[in-house]
Amino acid sequence: FFQYCLSGHPTLPCNVLKFKSTTIMLDCGLDMTSTLNFLPLPLVQSPRLSKLPGWVLKDGSTFLDKELKECSGHVFVDSVPEFCLPETELLDLSTVDVILISNYHCMMALPYITEYTGFTGTVYATEPTVQIGRLLMEELVNSIERVPKAQSASMWKNKEVQRLLPAPLKDAVEVSMWRKCYTMPEVNAALSKIQLVGYSQKIELFGAVQVTPLSSGYALGSSNWIIQSHYEKVSYVSGSSLLTTHPQPMDQASLKNSDVLILTGLTQIPTANPDGMVGEFCSNLAMTVRNGGNVLVPCYPSGVIYDLLECLYQYIDSAGLSNVPFYFISPVANSSLEFSQIFAEWLCHNKQTKVYLPEPPFPHAELIQTNKLKHYPSIHGDFSNDFKQPCVVFTGHPSLRFGDVVHFMELWGKSSLNTVIFTEPDFSYLDALAPYQPLAMKCVYCPIDTRLNFIQVSKLLKEVQPLHVVCPEQYTQPPPTQSHRTDLMIDCQPPPMSYRRAEVLTLPYKRRYEKIEIMPELADSLVPLEIKPGISLATVSAMLHTKDNKHVLQLPPKPPQPPASKKRKRVSDDVPECKPLKPLLSGSIPVDQFVQTLEKHGFSDVKVEDTAKGHIVLLQEAETLIQIEEDSTHIICDNDEPLRVKLRDLVLKFLQKF
Amino acid sequence: MTRECALLLPRVCAALADPRQPGSDDTCLEKLLDWFQELTLFDSTVQLVQDNPCLTEFITSVLALPEPSPSILSFTLRLAGILAASENRFQHLQQEKLLARLFGRDGPPNSAVWEDASVRSGWVQGVHNMMHHQPALHLLCSGGGIDVIFTLQGDPSLFVASAASQLLVHMLTLSVESETTKPLSTKDCDWPACAQMIIKRIEDSLQSSSASHIEQSLKLLTSLFGSCRATWTEVLWLGVAKQIESFLTEETVQVQHMLANLLLNMAWSPVFRDTEGSFWALVTSALEHLTPVQAGPLAVGILRLYKCPQDVRIQALTVLLQPMDCILRAASQPLEYAGLLDESVSDPVTVESLLSSRSSCANLLCQTLAHLEQLLSLSRLPVDLPYTSLLRSLMTILQFCNGFLSPASPLGSTISRILINCFRVQRSALDVLAALSERKGDDTLIGSLFDLLLAYLESPNTSPTVLKKTFQATSKWLVRLQELSCSNSQGQQTEKILEDVFLVLQKRLCSPCWEVRDSSLEFLTVLIKCLRDQDEFRQSLLSSEVPRLTENLLEDPESYVRASAVTAVGHLAFITYFAPESPVVGNQYNKENTVAKLQEILSTDPEGFPRRAVISIFIKWLRQGCTGQLEDTEQFVSRVIQTVEHDLDWEVRLGGLELIEVFCSQTICQLGLPQCPYAPVSSAVTSSIHWNESLQVFCRAKLFSFLFRSLCDCDKPVGQRACDVLLGLKSNFYPVSTLEGSQGTGDSAVGHGIAWLQRTLRQGSLAQNFPTDGSNGVDFQDPENMMLALGAVELEELHDELNRSSDHVEKSPQSLLQDILATVGTIEENEADCY
Repeated sequence: FFQYCLSGHPTLPCNVLKFKSTTIMLDCGLDMTSTLNFLPLPLVQSPRLSKLPGWVLKDGSTFLDKELKECSGHVFVDSVPEFCLPETELLDLSTVDVILISNYHCMMALPYITEYTGFTGTVYATEPTVQIGRLLMEELVNSIERVPKAQSASMWKNKEVQRLLPAPLKDAVEVSMWRKCYTMPEVNAALSKIQLVGYSQKIELFGAVQVTPLSSGYALGSSNWIIQSHYEKVSYVSGSSLLTTHPQPMDQASLKNSDVLILTGLTQIPTANPDGMVGEFCSNLAMTVRNGGNVLVPCYPSGVIYDLLECLYQYIDSAGLSNVPFYFISPVANSSLEFSQIFAEWLCHNKQTKVYLPEPPFPHAELIQTNKLKHYPSIHGDFSNDFKQPCVVFTGHPSLRFGDVVHFMELWGKSSLNTVIFTEPDFSYLDALAPYQPLAMKCVYCPIDTRLNFIQVSKLLKEVQPLHVVCPEQYTQPPPTQSHRTDLMIDCQPPPMSYRRAEVLTLPYKRRYEKIEIMPELADSLVPLEIKPGISLATVSAMLHTKDNKHVLQLPPKPPQPPASKKRKRVSDDVPECKPLKPLLSGSIPVDQFVQTLEKHGFSDVKVEDTAKGHIVLLQEAETLIQIEEDSTHIICDNDEPLRVKLRDLVLKFLQKF
Repeated sequence: MTRECALLLPRVCAALADPRQPGSDDTCLEKLLDWFQELTLFDSTVQLVQDNPCLTEFITSVLALPEPSPSILSFTLRLAGILAASENRFQHLQQEKLLARLFGRDGPPNSAVWEDASVRSGWVQGVHNMMHHQPALHLLCSGGGIDVIFTLQGDPSLFVASAASQLLVHMLTLSVESETTKPLSTKDCDWPACAQMIIKRIEDSLQSSSASHIEQSLKLLTSLFGSCRATWTEVLWLGVAKQIESFLTEETVQVQHMLANLLLNMAWSPVFRDTEGSFWALVTSALEHLTPVQAGPLAVGILRLYKCPQDVRIQALTVLLQPMDCILRAASQPLEYAGLLDESVSDPVTVESLLSSRSSCANLLCQTLAHLEQLLSLSRLPVDLPYTSLLRSLMTILQFCNGFLSPASPLGSTISRILINCFRVQRSALDVLAALSERKGDDTLIGSLFDLLLAYLESPNTSPTVLKKTFQATSKWLVRLQELSCSNSQGQQTEKILEDVFLVLQKRLCSPCWEVRDSSLEFLTVLIKCLRDQDEFRQSLLSSEVPRLTENLLEDPESYVRASAVTAVGHLAFITYFAPESPVVGNQYNKENTVAKLQEILSTDPEGFPRRAVISIFIKWLRQGCTGQLEDTEQFVSRVIQTVEHDLDWEVRLGGLELIEVFCSQTICQLGLPQCPYAPVSSAVTSSIHWNESLQVFCRAKLFSFLFRSLCDCDKPVGQRACDVLLGLKSNFYPVSTLEGSQGTGDSAVGHGIAWLQRTLRQGSLAQNFPTDGSNGVDFQDPENMMLALGAVELEELHDELNRSSDHVEKSPQSLLQDILATVGTIEENEADCY
């Protein structure tokens, strides 16, 4: 078993598993942190951004000043943002048979894989994953395409040039692999390769392997996967949550008895408890609005926003915020809010029961009805007519590099009354804010990450007890900024195997068994012999037939008829001839009785020595040695065949034959 | 016993002894026993049993029952014990051998009902009740009762086991004190027979190999030494001391956990405390040998003693501080801090191993912290604690708990892993921290202490209960900080800290969790109470957003929060509106608005808590003279009274009465009483001119209708309070010498009105309606009417009536006997129906 690790990002994994004869890709997350090196894409001309000075090298060379701009001491690439793809050189991705997707955040690189690598397989994912994944991709493509940028920077990527750049550009990895965003047709083509699956549905892959998605409790339709054959079980845990939020709870029981458990997608902020963060979010929001300021919440169009809206639904009346408008701006805002209400079977029990009342499972329906929450595809059009301040705006993208959020940052950044509250944990908020500096608005960082923390992982591992754990290397040591927090790493026995980007891992498990079926006729012909109570043996002569990774023992072909004519070669000639078999022996030789028997047969000088593995019987006169061990007996005598045969027969008397 | 009761008693006894009757209500039986206890307490004669032969008959008939019900048998045993408490009655009952049959070996202990714990408990209590004289002692000792009691020490019912142990202590004491003629000494152990039996049993079981037997004896000794301080206890002790000492090092019998209590009780007894040497050596040895968790209670107990050898005290302090010392050492570089303890006196290995285990770490720390808090709460501490190191250690614990500390040692890393997010330890440490603020120590740490407290206040991971404790500790240390900044030039530091506190408070006041909003408001109130005289505090508070947010919370959806907001706003007013310089400018809320807002809450809030809070604040304002000139105050009180008099919550109405009380006393103080208090007031009553000005004010403020109506309030505290207030007024307006002259009400309409009032008040809370509009001839706003009413109404009588408990009729023994008979009666009636 091999695991090819194509991504170094622990929460945006992309691994390829060679399991038996199949090649399975587990997730294809897209690392978007590369976009933080680029200047934001403003929706309307931003005088501030366009006036930023070009970056000049220390020696005064200005050849990069068109590509790189400087803002408050940081250097940014002035070009369309690019993304860091999973590793494509480690193995031929066209050989991947299937791709298993665990949640909508972990499929953003799908078009790059399915449309650029010659991939011909199938992608498996649940319906909400596909639908919401599509929304995320649509929003991404839309945000980037609607602000066309004439210029594309590539000079800085030259290795020689990159060395001269300031951090973090200097340290950016594999910049040559960075790609521009895919297009909508590519998205559609990629999504058309997806086959929808439901929780606990068993999917056969070439007869060799069965894969099954399980609820992971993290997001609508999010799944963990079981990959198993008859004797091996690999669990792939990616982005799971044990908290009670909107999705169906995590299925832990099915992960038991795994030989290998691949663990990815833990919380990115292990020190922040989501409940505390939601409290923090609400308090800061209320404080800002009460002081007459606006609140900007950069977010994805699906996921935590549902929970935030639910909290706010309960909170706004009590905080006296009933008259403050909440705006949700995204090209897919409407679809996201509506989709969430129709995936009843994927929701937690409480929400499912609401559907039968019938009531919308999420309270944001009521917020919309009462006009407290309004949603718009973009800041253009209706929004500009309805816009009232102070207000709260939810919009993307959380990287602050594209999407409507760029506009609000430019608009509200100058006033200290306003606050931007970061709730998505994917991007460092300081890096996200860098091109907007100097900034007067308040910044609050309340990352809400409901994925498993290390305490929960430790409980989970105790519960499901996998033989081996495989995880990204980041989880095997405390976070670099808090090196004393040894509680913030995976602690299990045996210690987990870790992997990093572009590494190939041999999974610590050996195949020992394979299931083979016996045809009924063949089974009928067997004559088992009980050699120990409860254990019977029989010798089998049969032909092994293997097709589609299924193995069947069939009756051996009948002994070949004497050829009717020598001219024609018969098919059965290919079958190897069956020789008569020697009987098999079983049982053990009681040394004392054996010695007595020898004496009876005239060997008078028998001497027995004990060895580590058994006994040595010495016949001194005959210069013969009989080694009796648990699973073998050797008679060593010098060229006296009759003696050997005689002794052999005496030995055989003590053993069973069949 | 009254004649009525004596008449009822035979029927009651017959009914109770009747096996056909269903088991009587247990509470009735308990009350009956209480009554007999009362009857016999100061009467040792046989009169009671002689006059009421039914009692003896009752016992006889219960004994004759083949299968008495457990509850009746238990009752009988206890009753017999109460009756036999005096030697005379004991002999009387023994004439028929009743007591021997009840408490002898062949009595209940030998029957099937003994299985029932209530019978065993009744037996033990019966014996205990009886055990006041030698005949009782002899009855038990000779009848094999001692064996039964010793067996009962291990009874599965904890109540029985503990009662048996207490009984043995009682018997031992009684035996020694009533049967010894000369003082016992160590050399001559001439114990009385009964005592000897008990002591022999104790010694035997201490030497047995059964841990449960040893535990029972240790328990017995513990309570003996706890209750009896006679010198003979030392003689007893010397006989068992060696054996008990061996338990400290014994590994086969695990009874060490019992020793701390035993030694502690002994330490409080002057018999042992004042001896030189051996006892204290044993205590020292116990402090050494017991595990830190077992030794903790002993150590803290020792430290509370004023009479204790210094070296033992130091040893106890070492035990107590060792975990704190370990924490300090684990967190710091070697030699960085001296630690809390001198290394030579402490062996940290055990404590270190306990602290590095997940299961024991939090327990040990919480216990140690609780003990420290206990010590710090003592006003006079017989020992000096190293306050600065203790503070450092506490801060270290709190830093471990929130993961802020990167420990330098492996032990530190282990402890850190265990303690991160451990709320229990956080709460205990914060409690001690708060208690420590009142002790003088080195203040160099105060800056970093506030950094830590602010980090806790700031962190979203702080749980609401921990946050509350943090608020408490912060408020205490802010007071300390203010004291410091007054005495030296730390003004800037104080200002910065206060600014940070208000910034975080501002955020907490907006929390979606109501408990957090509530404790934030409570915190603010405490701060204002303690620090409102400090300029720095006032300025920081008023320049923050906190006052405005607090006023917003008057409309919080959670009633507890509204109540706390009312209290906070009420206190805030002392700084904003009532302060002489009144610095608030441009605030949307001015004084009038705030008062109006609070009055609105008082009249419209659907929940009781906010309304109670408003009335309390109004009382506070009135007491502190914040409600302005007398005319303003009169209007204010009148308005408030009219709002609260119909409030559904009795505490609010009670608050209204308190407000009246304060107002009345202030008014009378201001206006003074009649010029000549000794002049006959009767003349004033008849004359319509010189009315006492105060009375006019009270009538104008419409106090009397509320006061008189409250006398009939269905909630008794309200009636009592109103009566007290009226009595107070009466004593002011009718000094003793003039009271007689007030009685004449004549035959006028007013006279009829007063008569109506008297009639109505007599009905008390049963009065159906109480019109105060004058329709009954009493004008509650007319000073003349009210003067007459005050004189005429028998307020003193009413006062006694109201102070009698509401069940004074039902509580009488007669009523109890009737109740028992009533339940019997129904059975008889049913029987009649059947035939």
